[in-house]
Amino acid sequence: MISGLTASERRIALTITIAVLFGGLLMAAAGHGDPMGMQGWVVILFAAPIGFLLMQGLDAPEPPEDRFESYYDDPTRAGILISMVWAVIGMAVGLWVASMLAWPNLRFDAAWSSFGRVRPVHTSGVIFGFGGNALIATSFHVMQRTSRARMPNQVLPWFVLIGFNLFCIVAASGYLMGITQSKEYAEPEWYADIWLVVVWVSYFILYMRTLARRNEPHIYVANWYYLAFILVVAILHIVNNLAVPASLTGAKSYSAFSGVQDAMTQWWYGHNAVAFFLTSGFLGMLYYFLPKRAERPIYSYRLSILSFWGIVFFYMWAGSHHLHYTALPHWVQTLGMTFSVMLLVPSWASAGNALMTLNGAWHKVRDDATLRFMMVAAVFYGLSTFEGSFMAIRPVNGLSHYTDWTVGHVHAGAMGWVALITFGSIYALTPLLWRRESMYSWKAVELHFWLALSGTIIYVFAMWNSGVIQGLMWRTYGESGTLKFSFLESMVAMHPYYVARALGGLLFLIGACVGLWNVVMTIRHMPRFVPQLDYPTSSEASEPALPAAE
Amino acid sequence: MSILSLLIPIAIFMGLIGLGAFFWSLRNGQFEDLEGDAERIFCDGDDRPLPARRYNSTKEQQP
Repeated sequence: MISGLTASERRIALTITIAVLFGGLLMAAAGHGDPMGMQGWVVILFAAPIGFLLMQGLDAPEPPEDRFESYYDDPTRAGILISMVWAVIGMAVGLWVASMLAWPNLRFDAAWSSFGRVRPVHTSGVIFGFGGNALIATSFHVMQRTSRARMPNQVLPWFVLIGFNLFCIVAASGYLMGITQSKEYAEPEWYADIWLVVVWVSYFILYMRTLARRNEPHIYVANWYYLAFILVVAILHIVNNLAVPASLTGAKSYSAFSGVQDAMTQWWYGHNAVAFFLTSGFLGMLYYFLPKRAERPIYSYRLSILSFWGIVFFYMWAGSHHLHYTALPHWVQTLGMTFSVMLLVPSWASAGNALMTLNGAWHKVRDDATLRFMMVAAVFYGLSTFEGSFMAIRPVNGLSHYTDWTVGHVHAGAMGWVALITFGSIYALTPLLWRRESMYSWKAVELHFWLALSGTIIYVFAMWNSGVIQGLMWRTYGESGTLKFSFLESMVAMHPYYVARALGGLLFLIGACVGLWNVVMTIRHMPRFVPQLDYPTSSEASEPALPAAE
Repeated sequence: MSILSLLIPIAIFMGLIGLGAFFWSLRNGQFEDLEGDAERIFCDGDDRPLPARRYNSTKEQQP
């Protein structure tokens, strides 16, 4: 991979790595005695091996001149692998915290293994580690293919990918040390947040520069979805993380907002993170990989553009539905509720568009588990967006809020939609990127599909049951007008569903492990695909590059 | 609710960015040939970029 960089690019990469290394050293020295010092060491341990590898490869010969005649896929390949590794880590931690709720002895009584510290490792691990890396990797692929142009630069994509993973690792290790801002999906402290801004702005610049180099006049709709994801996440992240560090030598910071103001900022961020991180980006994936795999253009391209603008203009206002029946003014709650219901239109337009694209190719869906992953993802997208709009209605929210129903809803979206479309896209992409004929084992893809689907269904049904029972028990009054059930009684009623949830998670995790194995075996053992060209080719660089794992 | 005096302008500002992007795409002729645009992702030949060519659509669109 390093030999693909030019000598000057290697020097730039080394300079950046050394700068990060010094940053880590500074954190370790200044934050001595504070958890931030430990975070400094995490940065050093992350940057040092990269610096070492770069120094080893510093004198390698220059890459072939005609590299510009091919796409730059090395960062995409690395991103796919990293994403699958994060999937296994994040889902394994998820299984642990799910089991901890069913069998509290799994808590193990250490400070670092408490539920409040381990759970964000799961959420960040799957959302940012698995989802984020998959989004970055696939966006690199899609922006180059649909623009018919190579990325402008070879250092920037690596900076984005590796820098983002540095953020993920600093975040995850910080949670275990007890470092948190206590903001859902925005737990990392100020130094990690600043770093993510740098990485994210680079990502935006890289995307815009690639689009500016496009040789295809039209910007394919998937690019719009990816761009909205990058731009909006940047703004959300900056506003929600406005905070004043208690001291520059410590990890602790205080939010710029307080009370309900802070809650509103957090859920303005939180809901739009779901909208633009977990929806818009993955719709980009759907709109490229589903038609490609089905070998049919999108049923209505016009509708795909229309639903994009619908999502862009509606989503921003929906966040306050997370704060029904709170100190938030009533009209703000109503505003959030109204826009949430309106969102059903662009959401179902996308889901319906995806399914209509497959209409006429159902035999492919039947035979090809990769395409089936994408089809079921579209179904779950339709399902969970309907459920989301429904749950945002104030009286429904009165029953569902703070119960496991919310957890079930999130996982219908995260497992059924986000993870399935990602797995489908990775299975479609892996043979293409490594120039293999197909995946190593189609049976393993099939097995993964059924494991993932049954895991999701068990999980979601368990949480629906559990949540509705919980919500009803909390609002049942006795003859004398007092609450009929104690909180403990509702906990006892949850137990069987928590066991079922852990089982669903276990199936899903096994599926992800099978997927990682299959991807690695495809890279290592499948014969290289040699296309039958009817014209001569002379490019050295256009020969498939060496796979990353070899 | 002083936070709304921050969040509503930000949301409107982002909406305006969206609107600006939409108008740009209209004027740029992004929606001239939707069927062809949907089909063209399949024309990837041997999976290589096209030879570098600065595309300046505004100039070509205007007669």
